[in-house]
Amino acid sequence: MPYIKSLIVICLLCVALPSQAALNIFACEPEWASLSQEIGGEKLSIYSATTAKQDVHSIQARPSLIAKMRRADLVVCTGAELEAGWLPLLLQRASNRKVQPGQLGYFMAAEHVERLDVPQVLDRSMGDIHAGGNPHVHLDPYRLLIIAQLLNKRLGAIDPSNAAFYQARLEDFQTRWQAAINRWQAQAQPLKGLSVVTHHKDWRYLLDWLGMKAVATLEPKPGLPPNASHLAKLKKQMAEQSVAMVIRTAYQEARPSKWLSGKTAIPAVQLPYTVGGSAKASDLFGLFDETLALMLEASGQ
Amino acid sequence: MNKVSILATAGLAVCTYSSLSTAQQINNGMNPAISVVLQGQYVDYKQDPEDYELPGFMLGGEAGLAEAGFGLGHGELVMSSNVDDMFFGKLTLAIAEHEGATETELEEAYIETLGLGSGITVKAGRFFSNVGYLNGQHTHAWDFIDAPLVYRGLFGNQLIDDGMQLRWLAPTDLFLQVGAEMGRGERFPAGGASDEGKGSQAFFIELGGDVGVSHSWQVGLSHWSADVVGRQSGGHAHGGGATEVPTFTGDSDVSALDVVWKWAPDGNFVQRNLKLQFEYFKREEDGTVELENSGPPVETTTYKGEQTGWYAQAVYQFRPQWRVGLRYDSLDSDNTGSDEDVLAEAGLDDEGHKPERSSLMFDYAHSEFSLVRLQFNRDKSYENADNQVYLQYVMSLGAHGAHLF
Repeated sequence: MPYIKSLIVICLLCVALPSQAALNIFACEPEWASLSQEIGGEKLSIYSATTAKQDVHSIQARPSLIAKMRRADLVVCTGAELEAGWLPLLLQRASNRKVQPGQLGYFMAAEHVERLDVPQVLDRSMGDIHAGGNPHVHLDPYRLLIIAQLLNKRLGAIDPSNAAFYQARLEDFQTRWQAAINRWQAQAQPLKGLSVVTHHKDWRYLLDWLGMKAVATLEPKPGLPPNASHLAKLKKQMAEQSVAMVIRTAYQEARPSKWLSGKTAIPAVQLPYTVGGSAKASDLFGLFDETLALMLEASGQ
Repeated sequence: MNKVSILATAGLAVCTYSSLSTAQQINNGMNPAISVVLQGQYVDYKQDPEDYELPGFMLGGEAGLAEAGFGLGHGELVMSSNVDDMFFGKLTLAIAEHEGATETELEEAYIETLGLGSGITVKAGRFFSNVGYLNGQHTHAWDFIDAPLVYRGLFGNQLIDDGMQLRWLAPTDLFLQVGAEMGRGERFPAGGASDEGKGSQAFFIELGGDVGVSHSWQVGLSHWSADVVGRQSGGHAHGGGATEVPTFTGDSDVSALDVVWKWAPDGNFVQRNLKLQFEYFKREEDGTVELENSGPPVETTTYKGEQTGWYAQAVYQFRPQWRVGLRYDSLDSDNTGSDEDVLAEAGLDDEGHKPERSSLMFDYAHSEFSLVRLQFNRDKSYENADNQVYLQYVMSLGAHGAHLF
C-alpha cells in the first residue's frame, strides 16, 4: 500500500507542478492588471504595460513591451480600438501564437460588454472616434463585474488545473464588489443629475452609472488638445449652464481645466481614472472609493 | 448573490449580441485594413538640383533631390490583414510622379507568420530590410522630409529586396532579437540577382529595454552583403553621344550600428517627449567599375572602396502637436582603383570634399493623421553649398496606422 500512496503523491505532483509556474498576464492598462489580480491572485504573474500617468491612446510599441508579450499566456486589454496605435504591432512582433486574435490568450474586455456612443456615421472630421463605440468601460462597476466573470472563465480555460481556485476568488470578489456597489450608489445619491465638463470622453460610463451628465469636453474633438478659442466658448457656455465640476485624469494636462476653473469658479478635479492614479486608488475598490470621495467633495456634498 | 447572477446572465446575453456587432465593425467585415497616405511639398533651392552629387558615392535608387517648386511626394496605398490564424499579409503601393509620368512601384508585398512557436518569425516577399534603424520605416513616418545622407549615398534612400527573413525573439525581459535575411539581390545597391537569384544576405541583432518609466532605448548591429553584378548608377552624356552609365561588379559589404533613445515624463508621450537617434554605416566594396557605352574600348578600372557615414538627430515635442528637430549628417570615402579617371567619371572620386549637411525642422500635427512640416537644410553634399527650404504635408486616410518604436 505505501507505494500506492507514493504513486498518488507523485501523480498529484505531476498535476501540480505545471501550475507552479504562474501564468504570465500582459495587461494593457492598470485596471485589467488589478482585476486579474483579484481573480488570479498568486497564480498569476501580472505585468501592466501602462500606468495611470500615461495616455493609453498613444503608447510607444517599445522593445520592452514586445519582450513582455513574447512570454505572455494571456493578453488582457480594453480593445474596441483603444490601443489601435500600438497593440497590433506588439502582437505582430511578439511572435507569440497564444495571444493572437481568436486565441484563448487574447481577451479584449470592452468587446465583451455593450458599449455606448457607437457612431452611426464614421468620419474623421469628428475627431479620433472609435468605430466600436466608447471603449472606456471600466468605470462602470456593473460592466466590470461582467468582465470579471468572463475573465474568470478565460483563466479557467487556459489553466484548467486552477479553475476552481479562480472560481472561488471570483465569487469572493463578486460578493465584495456587489456590497461595494450598494455602498457607492448610496453615497453617490447627491451626485445624481449633476452636470460636468470632462477633458476627454473617458468618463462616459462612470457618469452614466451615477446618473450624471457630461455637457461638454475640453477637447474640441476627441483626440485634439484643448485650444484657447474652444475654452473661451466653454467659459461662456458654463456661465449660462449650471456645471458642478470640470474633471480630468492624472495623465491629462492640468492647465486647461485649471484655467476654466479660474475663470468660472467651478472646481477642477483630478480623478484617479484608473488604479494607481492617486495614492488611495491602489486597487479597484480604492479607485471607486477615491473617485466618489473627490467628486462629492468637489460638488460640496 | 442572486442579483449578481441575474446581472451576469443579462451581461452574457448583451455580450453575445455586442461582440458579434463589434467583430464586424472592428475588422471592417472581412476586408483588409486600407489606408492612403498623401504627401506633397514646396521646395526652394539655392543651387540647381540637377547638379546634385555626393562625391565618392555612386548614386542610384531614389537618391536624387525632389524637383524645385510644388511637387507631390510619394503617395502610398497600404492594405494589410491577417490572412488566417497563421499568417499576416501586407501590400504597399507607392505612387509617384517622375518627369511628368505617373509611376507605380510595389514598395512592400510580404507575408509574415504570427508565431510559429519558440519566438520564431518568418517573413517572405518584398520588404524593407532590417539593416539599420530608419530603413524599416516608411517615408511618411520619417522625422525629416529627406533621408539621411548616408541612406541616400549607400542605399538610394532605402534598402528593399525580395526574399526571406528569419528572426528569433529571446524569451527574456531584455528585448533581444537576432535575424537573418536572404534576398534576390536585384535592386540597388545590389544588382544582377547573382547566385541564381540569391545575391544578397543580411544579419542583425537588436537589444532594447526601459530605464525607469520615462526612458526607453534600442540598439542594433547589422551587416549586409551582396555579390553585385552590373549595378548601374546615374549616367551622363558627353557632347551628344550615348549616355555613359557607370556600373559596378564585385563584392559589397555594409556594417551598421544604430542607437535610439526616447524620453517622455512618466512615459506619457502626449505632452512632451524627446527622441535621440544615431546611426553609423561603413561600406566596403571590391571589384571593377565599367563605363557602359564608352569607348570603344569600354573604359574600365579596378575599384576598392571604403565609404562611411553617420547622422545624429534629436526631435523634441515641446507641447502637444508641436515638434522641433535637429539633424547633422557626415560622410567620408576612400576609393582607389587602377584608373583614377574612370573612378572620377563614375563619381567615386571624393574631389577632396567630405559631404555634410545640417537640418532644422518644425512640424505641427493637428491630429495623429495630419502633419505639416517646415525644414531647412544647409547642404554641403558637394563643393557648392546649398540652402534648401521645404514645406511639406503628410496626411493619412483610412485605417488607424501603428508605428514602430
